Amino acid sequence: MFDAPHPTLATPTTPPTRTDPKIAACNVDVHYGTTHALRDVSVEIEDRTVTAFIGPSGCGKSTFLRCLNRMNDTIDSARVTGVILLDGEDIHDRRVDPVQLRARVGMVFQKPNPFPKSIYDNIAYGPRIHGLARSKADLDGIVERALRRGAIWEEVKDRLQASGTGLSGGQQQRLCIARAIATEPEVLLMDEPCSALDPIATAQVEELIDELRASYSVVIVTHSMQQAARVSQKTAFFHMGRLVEYDATSKIFTNPEDARTESYITGRIG
Amino acid sequence: MAVFWLIGIVLALAAAGLVLGRARALACVGGDARGLHSRPVYHGWTVAVAVLGPVGLVLTFWLLVQPLYVGAVVSAMLGDSADPRGLLLAEVRRAAEGLEAAVETGVIPAALAEDARADAAEITRRLKAAGQVVTSDLTAPVLRAAQRTLALNASGDRAMAGVVLAVALAGLVLALRRIAPAFRARPVVERDLRALLIAAASIAVLTTLGIVLSLVFNTVGFFRLYPAAEFFTGLDWAPSFSGRGGASDLGVLPLLWGTLYISVVALAVAVPIGLFAAIYLSEYAAPRFRALAKPLLEVLAGIPTIVYGLFALLTVGPLLMRVFGEAGLGWMQSGTAVITAGLVMGIMLIPFVSSLSDDIISAVPQALRDGSYGLGATRSETIRQVVLPAALPGIVGAILLAASRAIGETMIVVLGAGAAARLSLNPFEAMTTVTAKIVSQLTGDADFASPEALVAFALGMTLFVLTLGLNVVALVIVRRYREHYE
Ligand SMILES: Nc1ncnc2c1ncn2[C@@H]1O[C@H](COP(=O)(O)OP(=O)(O)O)[C@@H](O)[C@H]1O
Ligand SMILES: [Mg+2]
Repeated sequence: MFDAPHPTLATPTTPPTRTDPKIAACNVDVHYGTTHALRDVSVEIEDRTVTAFIGPSGCGKSTFLRCLNRMNDTIDSARVTGVILLDGEDIHDRRVDPVQLRARVGMVFQKPNPFPKSIYDNIAYGPRIHGLARSKADLDGIVERALRRGAIWEEVKDRLQASGTGLSGGQQQRLCIARAIATEPEVLLMDEPCSALDPIATAQVEELIDELRASYSVVIVTHSMQQAARVSQKTAFFHMGRLVEYDATSKIFTNPEDARTESYITGRIG
Repeated sequence: MAVFWLIGIVLALAAAGLVLGRARALACVGGDARGLHSRPVYHGWTVAVAVLGPVGLVLTFWLLVQPLYVGAVVSAMLGDSADPRGLLLAEVRRAAEGLEAAVETGVIPAALAEDARADAAEITRRLKAAGQVVTSDLTAPVLRAAQRTLALNASGDRAMAGVVLAVALAGLVLALRRIAPAFRARPVVERDLRALLIAAASIAVLTTLGIVLSLVFNTVGFFRLYPAAEFFTGLDWAPSFSGRGGASDLGVLPLLWGTLYISVVALAVAVPIGLFAAIYLSEYAAPRFRALAKPLLEVLAGIPTIVYGLFALLTVGPLLMRVFGEAGLGWMQSGTAVITAGLVMGIMLIPFVSSLSDDIISAVPQALRDGSYGLGATRSETIRQVVLPAALPGIVGAILLAASRAIGETMIVVLGAGAAARLSLNPFEAMTTVTAKIVSQLTGDADFASPEALVAFALGMTLFVLTLGLNVVALVIVRRYREHYE
């Protein structure tokens, strides 16, 4: 699916940090046809941490997020260059199947997109494909655990055979999160997961993200500065296809280094 | 011809009204159009409409009512008779037409044609000599009735011309006198325009209704002559061609069987190929290839079905014969068989299935595919487990529409399937369908009042109910599918 040449690096260019990063991206560039959407982005994402991507619309947040699980491969016009390491392994290496990669790096989309299947089948979709369950009882267990972790079990446990598309928007989004969790990914990418939700559903999802941090690395794109401040430990600010600043969330929101970051968080650009 | 001239005169009056009305409107404000409520041309149009509208109504009404009136008078004249009323009236109508044509060509002098004491045998002889078709000899009452029909029609036409011209002139004069600076001409014209549009829409609906009603009435007429139970349960189709005799077996089951069998073969060809083509076009093909291939595939739908019929008869039939015929496996007696018609019809249906399914598959939201890829599903898993199930109702709708095309298809079966009505499971045997038999019952000079001809209406009705049912189910499914994603 992806055959463009990559500059291969034997070791990450940055010196090893305290804990090894879960994902290390180096000099990533993305072109859509002739549009240069992402320029020279390098970032290290830590394990068991919530990392927020903020920035004005069209600055390349989604594009970068989609690089991390090679979803850009499904767009014909997209061309990605640079190195992205997951646990020190190049995800563009010929030995890595993008399909398998996406099972390790799960994704939740901006608009809830449950399949037009039953709630049960929505959750069981990934485990079935990847052969995670040995028996029906096993699968039932996986579905229940995923729904519980998605904080939606109580609401749907009596109607697992009802259609997933019949749920409310907030429930649908939690169903999609549960669906992503069910394949037991190591990293969870969330592209504006709350933008279609009301405040109550948003609060539920934020609570959920905080719980997920215990076992996953979570990367969340958000338009809401408050949300970034509430849920994340690290924040990256993107502007016009570049990564402007990347630091601890508290630092970004109280004492940003770059003037553009400050303008953005104080509401002067974006 | 008279009506043609009449309409010509009325149109000329309307055109004159348009010009006169415009001129008069301008004249009454001294040439300054701003003094008028509406622009002058609208004043002109009110006059034209005042001529055309009433004339249209009168003409339509008259043309509908006159035949009914004449029919009633003639019917009363004939009194009770042993012959079925419909047959006798048809005979009178034919005699009247024959007489009229004979007078026009001068074979029979007008005086003789109108003579109330004219000899029926003499007139019959002259008509036959003139080549005007007279099935059996005219009887005196029929001749009198035919003469009366002609007389009534002639005076009716004269009266109609008078009334129509009077109405047209009255409309012209009244509308011209109505014109004044304050006259609100534009709203009047726009209201009339809307009436015209509504009339056009109702004509479309009413003709459909009329066709259905005529099907129903003629079917009922058929069931008076032939028992419905035998029609629906009879296992034999053997119409006699001797004219009016009770010797025909008109069981619909062998024909329905042929129709369904050939349709099933056609769908067995069209559905897999069409569906796979649709999946390729919508999910795998590069956009540029799709833009090229889809219209090409749709060209198949534009080929007249008679061409497919030729293809079945001259190419596919002989080809199958070489494999399955005497020279090959020996299963097939002749090139015309269920399998021939079914294969060719299947090819005809491929673009229906593929084009509709392609649209439906493409309409499945990209978000669903992304969701599936994001969970680590491959493309084929995504298609099989997410895209196709989501598109399934629409695809079923597309297949049902194709099925109703298959059931109604005529030319391919006439040429490709043979003419023998047969209840058999062997696809290599000739069979025939409802549509093909409608054609064969009505071609040739059949007597349209006999059960052998009227059965066509019952067959047509059966087909209509069948395809209507399929279409309704298909539309309901497709609509429910649409709601699902909006
Ligand atoms: N599929 C695509 N094809 C072409 N251009 C795209 C595509 N997706 C995004 N882009 C372009 O890439 C740039 C970054 O988009 P995106 O990553 O979606 O921004 P963000 O998520 O930060 O709002 C935009 O200019 C957008 O127009
Ligand atoms: Mg985005």
